[in-house]
Amino acid sequence: MDAASARAGPASVAILVALPMAAVVAAIVQGALGAEPALWDHLREYVLARVAANTLVLAVGVVAVAGCLGTALAWLTAACEFPGRAFFSWALLLPMAMPAYVLAFVAVATLDYAGIVPTALRAWLGNDLWLPPIRSAGGVVAVIGIALYPYVYLMARGAFLTHGARVLESAQSLGLGPWQGLFRVAIPLARPWLAGGMALVAMEALADFGAVSVFNYDTFTTAIYESWYGLFSVETALLLALVLLSFVALALAAERLARGRRRYTAADAGARAPLRLALPGFRGWLATAFAGGVFAVAFVLPAVALARWALAVAPFDLDGRYVAYVMRTLALAGMAALACLALAVALGYATRKPSAGRLAHAAARFATLGYAVPGTVLAVGVVTALGAFDSAWRAHLGGDGLWLSGTVLALLFGYVARFLAVAYGPIQGGFSRIRPSLEEAARSLGLATRELISRLHLPLLGAGIGTALLLVFVDVMKEMPITLMTRPFGWDTLAVRVFEMTAEGEWERAALPSLAIVAAGLLPVALLTWRMERAARAA
Amino acid sequence: MRLELREVSRRFPGVAALDRLSLRVEAGRIGCLLGPSGSGKSTALRCIAGFERPDAGEVFAGGERLSGGGDWVPPERRRIGMVFQDFALFPHLDVAANVAFGLRDLARAARRRRVAELLELVGLAAEARRYPHELSGGQQQRVALGRALAPRPRLVLLDEPFSNLDADVRTGLAQSVRAALVAEGATALLVTHDQREAFAIADEIGVLQAGRLEQWDVPWKLYHSPTTRFVADFVGEGTFIPGTVLGPRRVSTELGVIEGQLTREAPPGTLVDLLLRPDDVIHDDASPLAAEVVERSFRGAEFQYRLRLPSGAVALSFAPSHHDHAVGERIGIRLDARHLVGFPREGGA
Repeated sequence: MDAASARAGPASVAILVALPMAAVVAAIVQGALGAEPALWDHLREYVLARVAANTLVLAVGVVAVAGCLGTALAWLTAACEFPGRAFFSWALLLPMAMPAYVLAFVAVATLDYAGIVPTALRAWLGNDLWLPPIRSAGGVVAVIGIALYPYVYLMARGAFLTHGARVLESAQSLGLGPWQGLFRVAIPLARPWLAGGMALVAMEALADFGAVSVFNYDTFTTAIYESWYGLFSVETALLLALVLLSFVALALAAERLARGRRRYTAADAGARAPLRLALPGFRGWLATAFAGGVFAVAFVLPAVALARWALAVAPFDLDGRYVAYVMRTLALAGMAALACLALAVALGYATRKPSAGRLAHAAARFATLGYAVPGTVLAVGVVTALGAFDSAWRAHLGGDGLWLSGTVLALLFGYVARFLAVAYGPIQGGFSRIRPSLEEAARSLGLATRELISRLHLPLLGAGIGTALLLVFVDVMKEMPITLMTRPFGWDTLAVRVFEMTAEGEWERAALPSLAIVAAGLLPVALLTWRMERAARAA
Repeated sequence: MRLELREVSRRFPGVAALDRLSLRVEAGRIGCLLGPSGSGKSTALRCIAGFERPDAGEVFAGGERLSGGGDWVPPERRRIGMVFQDFALFPHLDVAANVAFGLRDLARAARRRRVAELLELVGLAAEARRYPHELSGGQQQRVALGRALAPRPRLVLLDEPFSNLDADVRTGLAQSVRAALVAEGATALLVTHDQREAFAIADEIGVLQAGRLEQWDVPWKLYHSPTTRFVADFVGEGTFIPGTVLGPRRVSTELGVIEGQLTREAPPGTLVDLLLRPDDVIHDDASPLAAEVVERSFRGAEFQYRLRLPSGAVALSFAPSHHDHAVGERIGIRLDARHLVGFPREGGA
């Protein structure tokens, strides 16, 4: 086979898979550029400054909070020894199961002026007591930062574990104390991983819709939603989406940069079992208190609150509608997981060899950009793109149908654009472990391409397929803005229910669906910790 | 079935991996392509298997043209078995399922019979339910062979099949691989850079250099009658000493006049480089000819001495290990060469 035709197949598959994402981006760019100049001016004058400032404060603040918490906790559990370290090293990942919007409404419900905590404090210390208001920029930043620290924790811990012990030893041999070793050697060495984790946090913060809605804190995502639903101004929404998209591109570029360097500083896998610095007596208990405090605030207390509220409302709230919410959520998550899996396998198959060519690899990268694009932006793009498709259909083929707009297909389209990357990661990892010689061996034993996939690739991808399905499934269950903005009439899911209840301040009634979402979210976290344990035992 | 390559060429950007390679392996014979790394031998194998498409030339198996002249049979329809350098066993399948992988056209009972037969042949009947990662390297290699042989391929290709194994299992395994191929009546082509493997397995060996076939012959002739200087150098150990052709069967050297058939006739007076194998040079204390020991390596049963002749030319010699001589010592030698291999003097007249 000559090289050009060997590249044509993979490239066309990859481009096909990249089409949804391309349609979304094209719709946003085209719509925004076609907007009236007057609208642009109006936006700049009344909306943009406030929203951009809020978004920036949010992103920077959340990265700072999550970065500090994640790095400190990772250093403690990876390189130090203190009471409860083994427990905290996996327990500190559990908050990953708690969506930011759940933590947000629990925080507002308990810490707002009339919440149980300030009420109790006032009863104890008197009515004049001043407490920092939770509904403030500081409050949002703190809450979302606490919700997102596990991303940094996970990456930093991996980096510290692989070269933590050796770094400490070499720093000590050069006369540095352990704390000097941390700041002068370990953190600089782990910088690419830390930067990668913080870039992820930045993208999540920019994408957040549910949590900032709870706080009534206006960012790009809420502004897009408002102009879409409140003002019915598609063009405003598209313009805001384009601006947010460029913010995201910046965060993405930062992440790429960090990842690029990470390749060169690849940590040595041959490291011995980590040698840990014992924190004696009081200092050890201080570490325990810190880790325990974060764990309690980020997971235990909100989980207890959710459980109590859910129990309180369950007797009269848990009825037939709930069965419908759950069924619809499971159906959507299942369909989206299967669709993402199918496309991820096609993409992974097309790009499994370096010889697939630059075009195919570039298309694959583009197809999986969605994880960085906020759901509100995607939703606006999906609705616009499908609307354009429908009107083109009516114009050329007649009829008055809305083929895609407002259907479950539109919703799935959005989910696939957003979560394809989540499925692609484990699938691509699986393909990269299938050596080329295995494929050649199967061919020399008489397998044609079709059978290669069913008899060789799919069986060998096994674990990757399970991981991909699980991750997409849980992400779709948690997903709020795309579902909210593109769902067909009546397709309320658990996340939509949470949004509606929190919008009305009905915290207790939001707890019931939240609890189901958190429970599902524990599954991938359990998988992750199980893998980490296994890797640690194998080392 | 018979394998034939006619003028097969394959170019990669900047290099000719194969340059008009022609060869033939008769049905039931075991051929081997021997050459240093980068000589194109793996490319040749991949062209035969169909993983590479030759730029020119034809490949035939049992009379069917697999590639060339507008024909192209994809690898999965060539019925050519392959044993890979990394064995390429399917990690999700046990030994029996690996061997059965290419047998899906057989009925269940026939398939089971064939798998049992092959596991018996490669000596792994007891390991049928084990998984590849539970096997030793040598066992994995035998599974790979059984898997390739199972569908009764027209041809079996073996790509450096022993290079991933420890030295001490190689020799024994090479013999059992040959036995299995012979028992199945398979036609095979092996590729290796190790001449001991080539000698242990192959009926005929081709020496490949820079994509060109230097010589295709039985092992014995390759060693004793190399037709090119590269083959003389690459196969076996030996050195060259200068000589002058005196007549049809006589060459004069500083070690005396040597009699024997020259591989290539040359007119009297021609200056030649004469190939001396270590077993041509006998250590003999009684001999009037002497040479200085420059290097010695102890090999257990024998010493190999590297000797400097009076002219400065170098010769190798084996001596029984009780003939222990120090570097710098002069020892007696005599020649015992039966066939003369000489090449026109490099750079000489």
